[in-house]
Amino acid sequence: MKTRIMAAPYLVWMSVFIVVPLLMVAYFAVTTDKGTFTVSYLADVGQYTNIFVRSIWLSVIATAICLVLAYPLAFMLSRMKKHHQGTMLMIIMLPMWMNFLLRTYAWMTLLGNNGIINYLLGLVGLGPYKLINTSGAVVLGMVYNYLPFMILPLYSVMEKIDRSVIEAASDLGSDPRSVLLRVIIPLSLPGVYSGITMVFVPCISTFIISRMLGGGSNLLIGDLIEMQFLGNSYNPHLGAAISLVLMAIVLVIMTVMNQFSPDDQVLI
Amino acid sequence: MKRFGKIYTALILMFLYVPIFVLIVFSFNETKSRTVYTGFTLRWYTKLFHNSVIMDSLVNTIIIAVCASILSTVLGTFAAIGIHRMRKVPKALVMNATNIPIINPEIVTGVSLMLLFVFFAARMKFEFGFMTLLIAHITFDVPYVILNIMPKFRQMDPHLYEAAVDLGCSPMSAFRKVVLPEIMPGVVSGFLMAFTYSLDDFVVSYFTSGSTSQTLPITIYSMTRRKVSPEINALSALIFVVVLVMLMIKNTVDKRSAKAKGGERL
Repeated sequence: MKTRIMAAPYLVWMSVFIVVPLLMVAYFAVTTDKGTFTVSYLADVGQYTNIFVRSIWLSVIATAICLVLAYPLAFMLSRMKKHHQGTMLMIIMLPMWMNFLLRTYAWMTLLGNNGIINYLLGLVGLGPYKLINTSGAVVLGMVYNYLPFMILPLYSVMEKIDRSVIEAASDLGSDPRSVLLRVIIPLSLPGVYSGITMVFVPCISTFIISRMLGGGSNLLIGDLIEMQFLGNSYNPHLGAAISLVLMAIVLVIMTVMNQFSPDDQVLI
Repeated sequence: MKRFGKIYTALILMFLYVPIFVLIVFSFNETKSRTVYTGFTLRWYTKLFHNSVIMDSLVNTIIIAVCASILSTVLGTFAAIGIHRMRKVPKALVMNATNIPIINPEIVTGVSLMLLFVFFAARMKFEFGFMTLLIAHITFDVPYVILNIMPKFRQMDPHLYEAAVDLGCSPMSAFRKVVLPEIMPGVVSGFLMAFTYSLDDFVVSYFTSGSTSQTLPITIYSMTRRKVSPEINALSALIFVVVLVMLMIKNTVDKRSAKAKGGERL
């Protein structure tokens, strides 16, 4: 069939603007300005181990909090009356349609040293506490921005759990605890895995949340990359090397999560 | 148990909405204070509309989103038609490459395109600006268009097209009259998705925009870096209202079409 030709413009586009740029990242990571091969930039990434550890750690905490908060909510959502579910889902997703800079800015004004939280605490004689520019504020920003990304995949698998399966389990003598552990949780695992990926990947690569809520002392991998390309320490080779490592981390996470997922559903 | 559920849901919704409502409330505040509400004013809204930097970048954002979503819909629709007809192995290869911008962290997509543009800017004498932004937006938009259309091909009965040709349609009109209506819902949802992603994008634009062509998210970012101005609050309030209205329209349209089909509502 000639129709295959119709994909040609896209194939060219894809090669030039998706594949070649990634190859350039790989090339920049292993060459010097003069074009000679080197592994020194990749080795230099080791100097930033603390930043990598912090990024992974904060992202793990944020993902865990999202999972704990979202799981019960997604379950209750999936057991609501059908026509309430749609409205409720819309209400949960609505903040996501605001630009995430504005959402993060909202927390900047709430958490600030002269912010409204410290003001309210001051009225009852507490504080002021240092809320902004802490790693806690960064985690809060991550949870706030990406919580719906956890709710959505959880909800979509739980919605498919048939009411009668749960009823059957309790009829056959399961107490609520074992219904949860042996029916609901196993059936919802695919949603858990894709939720984890959908929250963890943007968390670990963010540079805005850490910059707006973390001050200068909570640099993450994203900040490190951004600094090499647009910041004071212009060094695209090192930036490319860090990007390569970040991609590797993301790839590992996704492979692990895909391994657990039974069906080949598309993540994200 | 039921009551606990309601309280819990309410708490999560409060967590999601209180920051936005505080932002909106203080957009009407007379002073620049972010803690004490001193009185009602619309001053920040008038200032917002007279702020040429914001208004220019808003116009710019809309132009880019419209151009990028239209071009990526055309490119993506043709691509999906072609990919659908490919043999197994090349098809899998192309689909894997198509997934890259979706799976990859946005910042990596941004810097990889930046590297490419820097490389060619020196050799071909162009500057970062509208064109680099548009190319970047199309690049991350097309995969969503393709992924929205591909399932429609899978759902379609392949015999429909053959039947049309057997009954005397030319391949072109068989495509127009049979295939296109089948995949149209995917094309439309792909277009809408591309459009919203383009409007909302910050990270990729940040690395590919240069100084001449700013989008609204980039302007918002530089505003939050400087001193506080309640204009951002006013902007947030307006965006919130626009989004709310759009979603309500979408909800009613969905409900109506579900009713028309007689099926269960979403």
